[in-house]
Amino acid sequence: MTENKTGKQLLTRLIPFVIFIGVSVFLYIGLFKDASVLESTFIGRPVPEFALNDLVDPSLAHDKSVLKGKPMLLNVWATWCPTCYAEHKYLNQLAAEGVYIAGMNYKDDRVKALNWLAELDNPYKISLFDPDGMLGLDLGVYGAPETFFIDSQGIIQYKHVGDINTRNWNGKLKAVYEQLK
Amino acid sequence: MKKIILLLSVLVSFSIAAAIDVYKFDNEEQEALFKTLTAELRCPKCQNNNLADSNASIAKDMRQKTYNMVIEGKNEDQIVDYWVDRFGNFVIYKPPVTLATSILWVAPGLFVVLGFVIIVRNSRRKLRTRDEDEDEDELTGADKDRLAKILKDSEK
Repeated sequence: MTENKTGKQLLTRLIPFVIFIGVSVFLYIGLFKDASVLESTFIGRPVPEFALNDLVDPSLAHDKSVLKGKPMLLNVWATWCPTCYAEHKYLNQLAAEGVYIAGMNYKDDRVKALNWLAELDNPYKISLFDPDGMLGLDLGVYGAPETFFIDSQGIIQYKHVGDINTRNWNGKLKAVYEQLK
Repeated sequence: MKKIILLLSVLVSFSIAAAIDVYKFDNEEQEALFKTLTAELRCPKCQNNNLADSNASIAKDMRQKTYNMVIEGKNEDQIVDYWVDRFGNFVIYKPPVTLATSILWVAPGLFVVLGFVIIVRNSRRKLRTRDEDEDEDELTGADKDRLAKILKDSEK
């Protein structure tokens, strides 16, 4: 047998091993992926049309033009959501640091929501009130809290599912916010 | 014992009744379409529940919106597109053919072809080695003499 032939045979024998390594790496990565986080279909798309009343002043109507003009976060929250409670303190801190945050009260009760803001402080520059969750559906919201990163053109650049905290803000989200134009 | 069974059956029937919303349709086609859609669409909040089976609040909203669209006269494709547009391909159980999912269709065929190629090559190699064995039977003059000598020696 020639050298060349042994080399070739060795390669053929290695193929199953290489496939095994490939599958292992694939499955290993899968272990650390949070399956409950869906990729948003809205990245790079403008905020959809909507007509919602203000949470604080019910006579005030808002449309998509309020989510435009400057880089901002749109935070979807509700009083029935424990994670939102955990997140709220940090949102107050971000608002104090000058981050522009719009709030969308999602499938909630107006009185409860107002009490919550009175008690825990209000980090939102604008508060939309979406009692039946219809803008939520149009934005692909499937839980709370969710936070959309919107640039000054009103284009959604990023969506974060779950609470914002010191760790993920400093880890990634701050950079995403600072890149918004 | 009978009381327990009665209690259990009451409890079970309550929990089943809780999952049933009442929808009124104009005709049977609409009802059938609604049933197909809620069975085919997946609740985004739950890992493996369709809209019909899920009691998550998002699934209820989606059922309601799906119902509204059915009543408006939208067809199946329009409604499915509406949901995929908002929640991505996750909401449909049947994946679309894209570059990323093409492996689902290609892999089985590939395995059959690959297996076939391996079988053919292996059998060819066996044939070839057999041929080579036969070739080796035809020894050259010097080898023949050597063999004869060895055999002679071993007889001793």
